[in-house]
Amino acid sequence: MNPAAAQKINIFIPRPNEAPPLDTAGPIGWIRQNLFNGKGNSLLTILALLFLLKTVPALLSWALFKATWVSGAACDATREGACWAFVVEKFRILMVGIYPSPHLWRPAVSFGLLATVVILTLFRLVSARTLAFLWFSLPLPLFWIINGGMGLAHVDQSLWGGLMLSMGLAVVGILFSLPLGILLALGRRSRMASVKALSIGIIELIRGVPLITILFMASVMLPLFLPKGVNINNLLRVQIGVILFSSAYIAEVIRGGLQAIPPGQMEAAVSTGLTHWQATRLVVLPQALRHVIPSIIGRCVALFKDTSLVIIVGLLDFLGMIKASTQDPEWLGYEAEAYVFCALVYWIICFSISRYGRSIEKNNAW
Amino acid sequence: MKKAALLFSAMFLILLAAASSFAGTLADVKAKGILTCGISEGVPGFSIPDSTGTWVGFDVDMARAVAAAVLGDSSKVKFVPLASKQKIVAVSSGQVDLTSRTTTWTLKRDAKQGVDFTHVVFYDGQGFLIPNKLGVRSARELNGASVCVTAGTTTELNLADFARANSIKVEAVVFDGKKEALNAYAAGRCDCFTTDISQLASLRSTLKDPKSHSILPEVISKEPLAPLVRHGDNQWKDIVTWVINGLVAAEENGITAANVDKMKASAENPVIQRMLGTSGDTGSYLGLDKEWLVRAIKAVGNYGEIYNRHFGPETPLNIPRGVNNLWVRGGLQYALPIR
Repeated sequence: MNPAAAQKINIFIPRPNEAPPLDTAGPIGWIRQNLFNGKGNSLLTILALLFLLKTVPALLSWALFKATWVSGAACDATREGACWAFVVEKFRILMVGIYPSPHLWRPAVSFGLLATVVILTLFRLVSARTLAFLWFSLPLPLFWIINGGMGLAHVDQSLWGGLMLSMGLAVVGILFSLPLGILLALGRRSRMASVKALSIGIIELIRGVPLITILFMASVMLPLFLPKGVNINNLLRVQIGVILFSSAYIAEVIRGGLQAIPPGQMEAAVSTGLTHWQATRLVVLPQALRHVIPSIIGRCVALFKDTSLVIIVGLLDFLGMIKASTQDPEWLGYEAEAYVFCALVYWIICFSISRYGRSIEKNNAW
Repeated sequence: MKKAALLFSAMFLILLAAASSFAGTLADVKAKGILTCGISEGVPGFSIPDSTGTWVGFDVDMARAVAAAVLGDSSKVKFVPLASKQKIVAVSSGQVDLTSRTTTWTLKRDAKQGVDFTHVVFYDGQGFLIPNKLGVRSARELNGASVCVTAGTTTELNLADFARANSIKVEAVVFDGKKEALNAYAAGRCDCFTTDISQLASLRSTLKDPKSHSILPEVISKEPLAPLVRHGDNQWKDIVTWVINGLVAAEENGITAANVDKMKASAENPVIQRMLGTSGDTGSYLGLDKEWLVRAIKAVGNYGEIYNRHFGPETPLNIPRGVNNLWVRGGLQYALPIR
C-alpha cells in the first residue's frame, strides 16, 4: 500500500458531546426543575423570593452593615444597627458568670480539655474504647479544676455560671444518665418482679412529670424536708434531678433497641457457655446500643437545651446570664442582641451534635 | 438488709446531729466566716452581675453592710441568686442567712411563712412616667390624661382608685404586656405610663431619649421592700434590722463613708458618739463589738450614698428619692434611736 492510499482511510473521530440543553442541566436546569416546575411552585418561589428580598437585606444591615462592634460604653441611642459591643462587653459573664477573675484560667483549661476530647471524637483519632474511657473520666478532672481542692483554691459553686454551667450540667447529665438508663432499661426487661416493678416505677414516675417539676422539687421542696442546718448544695440537687430525668428517657430509648434484638441472639450466646450477664454485655447490648445511637444523640441535644430551665431555680446558666446581662442599668435595652447571640450559640452547639449523629449513622461506627 | 438498715439509721443519726448542732445564725455565720445572702437573678439597680462578674446593686450593698458589721469584711458574702418562688423558702429552710431580694413585706409572709422582715429599704409602688414637655409636676395634675397601663393587674385598679380618690378623670389605655404599653407610650398613644417606679426607671432608660421623660414623685400603691431572715432567730433579726437602720441614722447625722473615721475621732454629738461606739457599747446588745456600725458605713456608705450610687441622678435609672427620702425631707425613711 502506498502512503497516498493510506491517507485516504477515514479514521472515525467521535465528535465531542454536545452540551445538554440549557434548560435541563447546570444551575439554570436545576432552578427550572426544582423551583419553577409548575405554576404552583413558580408562584411559591416568587413569593418566597419577595419575602427574602424584604427581610434579608434589613436583617443583614441590622446585624452586620450598620452594627456597632466595639465601644467602651453603651452604643449610640439613635443607632439603627445591632450593638454587638454589648456582647463583647458582657462576654465574660456570659461564658463563666461571676467566676472569680484571678481564676479565669481554670474555666479556660477545662474548656480546652473538653474541646480536645470533642476533637478526638469528631475526627475519630482514637479507638472507641479509649474514647469511652476519655469521656467517662472527663468529669472528674473538670470538677477538680473548676471546683478546686487538693492544691487549688476552692471556688464556691454559687460562683459558677454562664455557658460553663450549661455545658457542665449537660455533659455530666448525659455521662451519668447513660449507664443509669442502661440499668433501668435492663431492669425493666428483668424477670425478677421486684426489679422490674422498681424500674417501671422510676421510669414512669419521672417521665410522667415535666423537668420543671423535678427541678422545683429538688430546689424548693426538698430543703423543707431536711432538718435545719443540713444543706445539700443547690447545684448538686439540680444536677441529680437532671440526671434522673434524662436517664428515664434514655432507658426507654435503649429498651427500644433491646427489643429489636431477636431472642435467638441471647439464646445462641447462652448456648455457647456465656452466663446471662456476659451474653447481655457482650452480645445483646452492643447490638442494641448501635440501633439507638441516633435517638441517644437526639436526647443529648434535648438535654443540652433543657438545662436552660435551671434559671427557674435561680441558677444563672447561659440563658440566665443572658437575661441578667440585659438588666445592667448601664446597658439596658439590648435584649435583641443578647437573645440573637444566645440563639446562635445554642444553634451552633446543637447543630454540631446532630451533624455528628448523622455521621455516626452514615459510617455505622462511633 | 441488715447492713442497709444500719446504714440508714447511721445517716439518720448524722442528720439529727447536724440538726441539733445548729445554733443561732450569728454563731453560724461567724463560724463559717461568710454570710450567705439570697438576691434576685438580675433586677436593674437592685442586684445584677456587672461586666466584670461582681454582684452590684442596692440589695447587694445592704448585704455587704451586714457582712461588714458582723464579720468585719464586706467581701465575705456568698450571693445566691434566688428565683421568685425560692425567696421565702430559702430563708425559712436555712439555705441562706438573709434574703435581700426586692421582697414586699406583707402580713401573710411575715406571720405565716416562717420568715421575719427587718427594715424597709425601699418604698416601691406604682408611679407615673411622663414626657417633660407636658410640664406636669404632680400626678394630681393628670386630669384628662390618657394612661398606658397593663391589663388585668392591680396596676389598673390602683390607677382607678387613685383617680377616684383625687377626683380626677384619667383614660386608661390597656395593653397586654409592659413592653407593649411602653412602646405605645413611646409612640405617643398616651400621655403617661404607669407601673412600679423601680421598673419605670429601667424601662425609661431603654427609650430613645431617656432624659426627656421624668418619673412623678407620687407613689400610689404600697410595695415596701425589705430584707428578710428566718422566723424565730431574734438576735439575727435584730442585727440585720439595726445595721440597716444604722445606715439611715448615719444619713440623718451626716456620717458618710468618707468622714466616718473623722466623726468617730472628733464628733461631740452624743448621738453620733453612741452610734460609732465612742460612748456606750450599743454593739454588745446585738452580740457584736463596738465598731459594728463604723465598719458598715465605711464599707458601703450611709443610706443616701447607697441610694445615690444605684438610683441617683447620676445613674441611668435616676429614680427621684420621693418617699424614700429621710422623714425630715418629706420622705418615709425614719431612723430609730440607737441607744
